[in-house]
Parts: sequence; C-alpha cells; structure tokens
Amino acid sequence: MPVTDVQHDLDALTLTITADFAAPVERVWEVYADPRQLERVWGPPGYPATFVDHDLVPGGRMNYYMTSPEGEKYYAYWDIAAVDQPTSFTFKDGFAVDDSFTANPEMPESSQVFAFADVDGATRATFLATYADAESLQKVLDMGAVEGSTLAINQIDDLLAS
Amino acid sequence: MSETEEDRADAWFHALSDRTRRDILRRVLSGEHSVSALARSYDMSFAAVQKHVAVLERAGLLTKRRQGREALASGDVEAVRSVGAMLTDLEALWRGRISRMDELFAEHQKQDQEHDDRPDPTDR
Repeated sequence: MPVTDVQHDLDALTLTITADFAAPVERVWEVYADPRQLERVWGPPGYPATFVDHDLVPGGRMNYYMTSPEGEKYYAYWDIAAVDQPTSFTFKDGFAVDDSFTANPEMPESSQVFAFADVDGATRATFLATYADAESLQKVLDMGAVEGSTLAINQIDDLLAS
Repeated sequence: MSETEEDRADAWFHALSDRTRRDILRRVLSGEHSVSALARSYDMSFAAVQKHVAVLERAGLLTKRRQGREALASGDVEAVRSVGAMLTDLEALWRGRISRMDELFAEHQKQDQEHDDRPDPTDR
C-alpha cells in the first residue's frame, strides 16, 4: 500500500495522510489537472464524481457532483486558493445547494492542502484536511460518501477495551 | 469475560450489525438528535427508526431523555472517541482515493510498456 503515514489530530481536527506513489511529481499533478483522471480517483466506490467545472488556478473553481447508488446527486465545489504547479495547491472544499454550485452556508467547508515532493523520481504526497469542528466532520460523513463499517469496527474495539 | 460482559458484547454486536443503526449511532455520537429529526434522515417509517433507536438504547450505546414532546437521543461514548472514529472513516475514504491513484499510475505504466514493446516498423 502506498500510504506510509496517517496522523489524526483530535484537538486541531486535522487528518494528515502521507503516501508514496511510484510516479514522478508531474504525473501525480496530472491527476488533478485533468478532470477525467480526477473523476476516476475522487469518488468512493458507488459514488462516482463528475467534474463540471475545472479551473485549477488561484481563485479558480472546481465544481463537481457525486452520484449515490440511488441516483441522488451531492453538489460540491473546491475554491482554489493557491497553486504552485506541480508541487502543491490549497483549497476550500465545500457543499453546494444545487447544480448552480452556490455554496451552501449550512454545510461546513474544510481546508485542504495537497503537496507533492520528489523523492528519487517518485512522489511523496501529503494530504492535509482541516475541519472547523466535530459537527462539520459529522456533516461531511452524513453526506453518505463513507460507509459506517470502519466506525463500527473501531467502536467495537473501543467498547470491548473499556 | 464474565456472563454479564458476554451478554453486553452480544447486545453491542447485535446493535451494530445493522447499517442504519450504525449510522444512527454515528449521528448521535456527535451530538444530541431528536428521534423525529433522525427519522427524517432515513427512508423508513418513524416507528422503524424508533425501533432501531430502542435497540441501541438497550445495548447501552445510546441514552434518551425527554424534552417536552420530543425524545432526544445522544451517543453514550465520550466525544473524543467519536471524533477519532469520524477521522478514521475519513481516513478510509482517503485510503481508497490513494489506492485508486496508485492503480491509475500502474495502468498507464503498463500501457507505456506495451507501447515500448511494440516492434518498431523502422527497426529491421
């Protein structure tokens, strides 16, 4: 597995994942620069993502929706803040009200920093996600994009250990 | 494990064996929800959701209190644990994305190799 490190910070509400890819930095960047490739990796199984707008520049917008197995569409966006091609980009990830992609003020925005560093011709990728509060985290999960199974298994471990 | 602990574990495993109940538990672990608000989140009757809540309550995973006409449910595990569990869920999503990227890179590499393996028409 390419994932080499995972850090959960329960106080800062951040998730930091480090992964090593057997591909040069430019190749990894291409995934984010090409909406068709991004669609292949972004949505979890059963929830394909479709990028409608794709503008990976500072101040740019990426608008996309995910379709649930029941056919329900979840509209979301990335507000791109900074781009340093091909080594990093920073954006706010939020939910939209509908296909107008107007930000939904009732839904949380998370801050995301994606960074790619060259390690002997391969890439070390660092994905840092920051959530405003526990409720924001919950809402992200409530959007249905994540199965409850890991929770169940971890809760059982915790409960049996207590 | 004592007899009572075994019974407790049976109740937990039974309660968590259902997807809707796991989902309800996740919601109430992050904060108090009224049972009617929970019921609106699912495509099933109020009574059915109420039954799921009762199973979680009997298993000791959820507590209920009354406020006027509303029944308010909250998860019975300390908040930090639930945040940890939520981050773990997100981690699972990320692990999926990363392995899909890995597959995408492997696939392109294979195509490139196949391309390289093709006989060069000028090479006679």
